[in-house]
Amino acid sequence: MADRPVPVVEKRLMDVKLGELGTWLGGRDFTPNGLISALRKGHDRYYNKYINVKKGGFGGIAMLLAGYVALSYLWEYDHIKHDRWRKYH
Amino acid sequence: MNPKQLILASNIQTHLCLQRHLLVTFFKTGALLCSRDVSRGFLVYPPSLRLFAEGHAEAETRLPSGATTRHFHPSNMLSRLVLVSASSLKGSGALGAGLIQASRSLHTSSQSLAPVPPLPEKGGKVRHGIIPEELFQLLYPKTGVTGPYMLGVGLLTYILSKEIYVINHETFAAASIGAVFIYGVKKFGPSVAAFADKLNEDKVAKAQEVKDLAMTSLAQAIEDEKKEQWRAEGRSVLFDAKRNNVAMLLETNYRERLHMVTNEVKRRLDYQIALQNLHRQMEQEHMVSWVEKSVISSITPQQEKESIAKCITDLKALAKATQAKATA
Repeated sequence: MADRPVPVVEKRLMDVKLGELGTWLGGRDFTPNGLISALRKGHDRYYNKYINVKKGGFGGIAMLLAGYVALSYLWEYDHIKHDRWRKYH
Repeated sequence: MNPKQLILASNIQTHLCLQRHLLVTFFKTGALLCSRDVSRGFLVYPPSLRLFAEGHAEAETRLPSGATTRHFHPSNMLSRLVLVSASSLKGSGALGAGLIQASRSLHTSSQSLAPVPPLPEKGGKVRHGIIPEELFQLLYPKTGVTGPYMLGVGLLTYILSKEIYVINHETFAAASIGAVFIYGVKKFGPSVAAFADKLNEDKVAKAQEVKDLAMTSLAQAIEDEKKEQWRAEGRSVLFDAKRNNVAMLLETNYRERLHMVTNEVKRRLDYQIALQNLHRQMEQEHMVSWVEKSVISSITPQQEKESIAKCITDLKALAKATQAKATA
């Protein structure tokens, strides 16, 4: 199917097979430059898909808000733990 | 928070370094993306809304610097969300403006900038406002249409029963806020969208106006140029006309002079004729008067008396004759 063998590290995450996951993770660029470029690319992809369009819907920022809510719940979990109704689940 | 702050600081540091050493580190196509967005590097930190909006405000002041991919877009951003969100968060753009100045001179893209590809019409589909459509598409082959909903219900049950999500006072607050939020969005969403679209349309209309004006003025300039060229072609006719004028002037001048010459010659000749006539006339008169004088002087008084007597007798005879005729 592939026209030429692509090295594992360069594949997108969805195309990496489970067995190759270790190699893939090991070969990724974890230098600060690499991290920042990865974050920036991710931001660009999200931005250009959901926000930088002519008729953007509400989902673009709603997803970010939901993510923010989820993340802040996660950071506060140690504090919220004390409000649990039962001790043993 | 300290490690996070350290990472923040180090990333800021690396960003400033990056700006200065851009050409060295960012030569690949991936680097082109990075160099493009060095002005928005501050965005990649905690996804808080304010920083995100800072990016929007910055982005509004971006220069057009497109490339063949969708990632580069003109500065007058036409997305609805940006218009609505950035209009209320303009203040945070001050920092970004300075970075933009630095980044403008560092764009090393060799791809052509125009024409910039148009923005896509609609964004990625999102179901129920927060779940991207891709999840549903991913699960459809294996679980059909209800798969993701089942997944959602199962997850919800799990986190509630294990109290990974704890129900407390905040739950009630979140529910109320969520209800009001959703009600607001459902009620005012379309009108806000229409408003933003109208703003967009105004921008586009203005740009189109400018473009049309430029086109008409250039077309007019082309017409004028063609007219001038046509006029230039007629210059041979113009010169012919001028040549004719000059020839006519010469001709009239020549004829005037000819007339003048003939008149002068005729005057001189007339003068000579008059002179001769006068001469002859004077001679004649003189001769006649001399003859008369000599004749009169030759008439003696004896002859005079005789002639007078003869005249009287003649007159008498004549009178008699006429009298006789009158009575007869």
